[in-house]
Amino acid sequence: MEKTIVITSGKGGVGKTTSTANLGTGLAMAGKKVVLVDTDIGLRNLDVVLGLENRIVYDLVDVVEETCKLKQALIRDKRYEGLYLLPAAQTRNKMAVSPEQMKTLVEELEKEFDYVLIDCPAGIERGFKNAVAGARAAIVVTVPEVSSVRDADRIIGLLSSSGIEDVRLLINRLRPDLVRKGDMLAIDDTLEILGVDLIGVVPEDEMIFRSSNLGEPAVADDNSMAGKAYRNVTKRIMGEEVPIMDLEQGTGFFSKLKKLFSR
Amino acid sequence: MGWFFNRKKSSQVAKDRLKLVLIYDRSGTTSNNDMINMMKRDIMQVISKYVEIDEQEFEMDIRSVKGEEEGMSSQLVANIPIKKIKQMVKNR
Repeated sequence: MEKTIVITSGKGGVGKTTSTANLGTGLAMAGKKVVLVDTDIGLRNLDVVLGLENRIVYDLVDVVEETCKLKQALIRDKRYEGLYLLPAAQTRNKMAVSPEQMKTLVEELEKEFDYVLIDCPAGIERGFKNAVAGARAAIVVTVPEVSSVRDADRIIGLLSSSGIEDVRLLINRLRPDLVRKGDMLAIDDTLEILGVDLIGVVPEDEMIFRSSNLGEPAVADDNSMAGKAYRNVTKRIMGEEVPIMDLEQGTGFFSKLKKLFSR
Repeated sequence: MGWFFNRKKSSQVAKDRLKLVLIYDRSGTTSNNDMINMMKRDIMQVISKYVEIDEQEFEMDIRSVKGEEEGMSSQLVANIPIKKIKQMVKNR
């Protein structure tokens, strides 16, 4: 996959920021030099999810307005070698930055880093345009639910008209039990509707609440299912072929029996 | 008792609803207008081989139609006024 990736969704609250934090941390754990750019000016959150909120001095708008040098605004995560955050401004609005400025900024970052992950705000207005401006590929995050899938479709259309062709889908918060009962869109249903390639499926996992409470991405936690899923997505971003976790298969007696006979 | 056997899974209902709503969402975007214009051009070329059509009045659109049995469905609707039918000369 291309190395400058925007993480977007259209709808809010589906896990863009959590995914950005986990994928960035995962890439850094794999030895890559990664910068995470929070483009949600006015509503920044990537800093708290990563546990770096107390270390912000300068932000994205300061860099664009040349109040500081780019290097001064980058926060190095001391826990993971090679992981950096460029935080969004909190007291400004999205109009403070233009898509052209973002493009220049991202090109600058590409010289220094192996991967540039851009966390996109919800919506399709200026914030989206800023986030997409410098990106060469996109990961669209959706939850298996009508409003989120609908918005994802809109975003996929907008990405292609912005010239981004490498678009992958990340299905987040899948509940295998509900899929089995027929009360949640299955992975294949969502893929059929949206018609894009899958980069991964992250199951609903209570550990995510814990990890954002603590500011420690779940990807580093060996006991977290979501963490494992994010580690797999990280590998796929780096070009490894990893099978999608078998989440929808039942674990009960009858499912096992069915599996036995369907072989 | 019928409802018990015919009851659709809610995920299937979601899938059907999404497929339909996305047709309208997509038809409103610029890329879709481009697609319709490209289709129009191609169809115009084919039809023009046989009949002379009024290119200004040629209309094409994606519309929702209420089905006879249940729900809505989508149709590609074209309105192509003919000016003149060409005299076909049989080859050989």
